[in-house]
Amino acid sequence: MTTRGRVALKVGVWAVALAPLAALLYGFATDDLTVNPIEYVTRQLGETALRLLLATLALTPLRIVSGWSWPITLRRLLGLLAFFYAVLHFAVWIVLDHFFDWHTMGDDIAKRPWITVGLTALVLLVPLAATSTTGMIKRLGGRAWRRLHRLVYVAGILGCLHYIWLAKKVLIQPWVYATILMLLLAVRLWNSGRGLARRAEQKKAQKIVIGSRG
Amino acid sequence: MRLRYSDVTPEKLYLSRRELMAGAIALAAIGCDVGAEATAAPMPAGAPLKATPNAAYRVQDAPTKFDAATTYNNFYEFGVNKEDPARLGQTLKPRPWHVQVDGLCAKPKTFDIEEVLKVAPLEERIYSLRCVEAWSMVIPWIGYPLAALLKQVEPRPGAKYVEFTTLKDPEQFPGQKPGFFGGTLDWPYTEGLRLDEAMHPLTLLTVGMYGQVLPNQNGAPVRVVIPWKYGFKSAKSIVRIRLTDTEPKTAWNKAAPQEYGFYSNVNPKVDHPRWSQGTERRIGEFRRRTTLMFNGYADQVASLYTGMDLKKNY
Repeated sequence: MTTRGRVALKVGVWAVALAPLAALLYGFATDDLTVNPIEYVTRQLGETALRLLLATLALTPLRIVSGWSWPITLRRLLGLLAFFYAVLHFAVWIVLDHFFDWHTMGDDIAKRPWITVGLTALVLLVPLAATSTTGMIKRLGGRAWRRLHRLVYVAGILGCLHYIWLAKKVLIQPWVYATILMLLLAVRLWNSGRGLARRAEQKKAQKIVIGSRG
Repeated sequence: MRLRYSDVTPEKLYLSRRELMAGAIALAAIGCDVGAEATAAPMPAGAPLKATPNAAYRVQDAPTKFDAATTYNNFYEFGVNKEDPARLGQTLKPRPWHVQVDGLCAKPKTFDIEEVLKVAPLEERIYSLRCVEAWSMVIPWIGYPLAALLKQVEPRPGAKYVEFTTLKDPEQFPGQKPGFFGGTLDWPYTEGLRLDEAMHPLTLLTVGMYGQVLPNQNGAPVRVVIPWKYGFKSAKSIVRIRLTDTEPKTAWNKAAPQEYGFYSNVNPKVDHPRWSQGTERRIGEFRRRTTLMFNGYADQVASLYTGMDLKKNY
């Protein structure tokens, strides 16, 4: 992909990812955020965070399936945007929904599994966002960095669980997100299985080559 | 303070109602025999509906805006989103309509909706409505005590419960069409009360709100309102009321028994498994309010539950 193509792609990602926030701000300015605005804003921010997190997790499977390398260049941007929305989602919960009622919020975190897992997902994203710079990758070393960033899978699973557990059981939408996540993880598993098999075969081939020499 | 509908009704509607009344006066002036309320013609949702305000049943809080009360509804027969009922409401045909009242009673009867309207004088009551999802509204309903209708069919001594059934018709209720992943609830929607709860003077058989005929999205043409219970107990678009000796199966209880009990009294001390019921957001307000026991109606209904463990009978 050309440099111009890459820039266009990133501009596109920025535009698409910030559109939900722009829509909320516009809704605020025109007093058009439904009759229960706090609930609506919380839900929109949370759902956008989950979508962006799944989009981040879709990049590697996309590369595996298509063979393209460009999806990986969007990984950091999408991941940080997902984190940004998750933070906003949490901030709205604290400030607008509960207005700093720490006692009630603490109670909710301890007693409601869907809130516990949601907050855990956000906490897991913090070190990932903090180590997302090129400098940090170098400092940690590729291997340790990659190992740390596997936490994003856990965050994705907990994010989906957060949605499933908070929604009424008759609703289908949370399961749509969970299904997409499973498919994305399945592609990775299939790929790493394939990689392992390939390496095993290579080893075997080497042994045979060595054996035939002896 | 006397409530003015200009406070809560959109101006367009308010003015159109005025025009209607002006028209009626003009017709009367030229000698046409038009009563103040033309009850002979079927009344569409939204038409003005006269009722006497009952000062004994009015909460002090300001009523919720009419627009909010008619666009933010849980009515899964139209869809699972709160804007679905207002968007799709016109598919429901509230006339002609019949309500079958039967079961353990001496005089079972199927009432035409026009008869239902005349069982007792219509009164306006301003109740607070607490949704199980921890939001609330204040709504001026129009109706009369359900007891008046039940007395007409003479419940037998064996009758202990009342079961309400909502219309089942996927043509009128698009939410009842089986979806790709199956349905949402087990249709028809059923709800139930103990007979003493059903006979309680607070339990209102409701045919209107905000001075007009009940809008489709709010449960036209006839619903119940039980203000001390979570909103989903107040069945909408009722086609059958059955007296029975066994506790009726209720729609949300069947869907999630650990979350929605048969009683479902508003109770700040008994949490929903997924959230606290201790506070609520009044639609139109910023800060949460404290939820009151029995939604503020404890003086009138607490005695119905004397000696009962309300944690167990949630």
